[in-house]
Amino acid sequence: MSERRDMERIAELVPAGSRVLDLGCGTGALLALLRDTRRCTGYGVEIDDGKVLECIKRGVNVLQRNLDEGLALFDDGSFDVVLQLDTLQNLRNTEQMLRETARVGRIGIVSFPNFAHWPNRLSVLRGRMPVTKTLPYQWYDTPNIRVGTFADFEVLARQCGLRVLESFGLSEGEVVRRWPNLLASTAVFKFDRG
Amino acid sequence: MGSVGHVTPQSMHFSEPLVLASGARLPEYTLVYETYGGLNAARDNAVLVCHALNASHHVAGTYEDDPKNVGWWDNLVGPGKPLDTDHFFVIGVNNPGSCFGSTGPASINPATGRRWGADFPVVTVEDWVDAQARLLDALGIEQLAAAIGGSLGGMQALSWTMRYPRRVRHSIAIATTPNLSAQNIAFNEVARRAIVTDPEFHDGHYYEHGTLPRRGLRVARMIGHITYLSDDVMAEKFGRQLRNAELAYSTQAIDFQIESYLRYQGEKFSEYFDANAYLLITRTLDYFDPARPHGGDLTRAFEAAAGNRFLIVSFTTDWRFSPERGREIVKALVDNRIDVSYAEIDAPHGHDAFLLDDPRYHGLLRAYFDRIVRDGPVAGSAGEGSLAVGQTEVS
Repeated sequence: MSERRDMERIAELVPAGSRVLDLGCGTGALLALLRDTRRCTGYGVEIDDGKVLECIKRGVNVLQRNLDEGLALFDDGSFDVVLQLDTLQNLRNTEQMLRETARVGRIGIVSFPNFAHWPNRLSVLRGRMPVTKTLPYQWYDTPNIRVGTFADFEVLARQCGLRVLESFGLSEGEVVRRWPNLLASTAVFKFDRG
Repeated sequence: MGSVGHVTPQSMHFSEPLVLASGARLPEYTLVYETYGGLNAARDNAVLVCHALNASHHVAGTYEDDPKNVGWWDNLVGPGKPLDTDHFFVIGVNNPGSCFGSTGPASINPATGRRWGADFPVVTVEDWVDAQARLLDALGIEQLAAAIGGSLGGMQALSWTMRYPRRVRHSIAIATTPNLSAQNIAFNEVARRAIVTDPEFHDGHYYEHGTLPRRGLRVARMIGHITYLSDDVMAEKFGRQLRNAELAYSTQAIDFQIESYLRYQGEKFSEYFDANAYLLITRTLDYFDPARPHGGDLTRAFEAAAGNRFLIVSFTTDWRFSPERGREIVKALVDNRIDVSYAEIDAPHGHDAFLLDDPRYHGLLRAYFDRIVRDGPVAGSAGEGSLAVGQTEVS
């Protein structure tokens, strides 16, 4: 399953024993993986009732919050790693959230659908918004209120004063380092405050 | 899912005085309690259910001679229920100062041979937790799997982790707050004034006059009840519905259904609850403020609870102890890097939601208790021994 492999690729970016905050943690699968394989501790933040329940079932610490309401629960630099996977594109305040991520964590790791992936470009060239495995929604029902590209994020990171430590693309669970803006369905960035 | 069936309350007498936060001593006392399910061989599956203002030790089941008297949290506790008595040994205890059999204002003061009445010492959440710990000593329970409660009960569940962190593994605190707001205290004060100014109150020694300040207690309960419900649920249940087809054009008659409902609630309550106990327990609420000894720093208050695990639950429509207050607790725990999960249940019922069986809420509690069963007592999460951290005096 490529989702599982994507998750493992991202887990590899997290130093063992880290104190982790996973923003938009979903069912807590990554936190459980980090706990079981890398001795990580910490919390997930999730808004959805059903997903919060799944986290509790997994024994993962989860805090039910709307990320658009900010990260006031967390002090500056209180986590080694803040993860924000496949969430950034759903938030109203993307830039603010990125700054907040950098505030509470020493290291930030984000992933999001890369809108510049070639099948998406092709679709737009044909005159239609893309509907793919990574972007499975129609334009009128998508929760992705922000669409951005691998290259766009590099610009935003610079603007927020963040230093990119590592970046790559993911496609079908494989790491894409060559032309990720064109060849990867998902963009992954690891950064710090520089 | 079944009921625990007929249950029998038990009582335990303690002749060692209980030293209270005020410095006063309760020279001797009795605690009435009920248990459900069985204590396992390791004696590590006990869950203490802490009651709120007007409830008691009767958490689940019914009485053989009073089959309609169903425990106040019967929808949560029983075989196959979220707090499953097939796995847990569940304890409900009536706190001292209350009026369901444990020593309280209606009990005899051994120093005078008369009923305590208004002279019963003010008891705090911490005092209650100390009394509960004595009961566990007597039952041979070194460590609770969990302490759970809603509202004032949640305060006790939290206090356990600060006062006896090694004697409890999990704390489940629902619809609660780290302290009462000015508005909360204001409502309590109005309730107390209603009781105290009732001509039948007799400075709290109404037992000796053969009377009860029922009118005051009714009004107190009506005020309290308003704060337990959300505006939405009141609108939905009663709206502006009239009792009769036409307005009565009277200031005394009951025109609106909400008036009728509140009067009924007040009436019912005044039949079984003791006015002095109401005064005392509203004070217990007012005084709860674990951050106070730490200069108002709740984070420092929870330092003692480093090895405990928490589930904090708030309800979106609870304006008495709102989600913001629940999040203050969460923040203090997160600051201490303590294991905590927090759920904000979007239920319409206001503060009372903690007593109802909303499927999201009960599903969450079920999952959390299942997890406690599966994880068992994790080595290192809480040590052996019964060290009472934060306890200033052990007598």
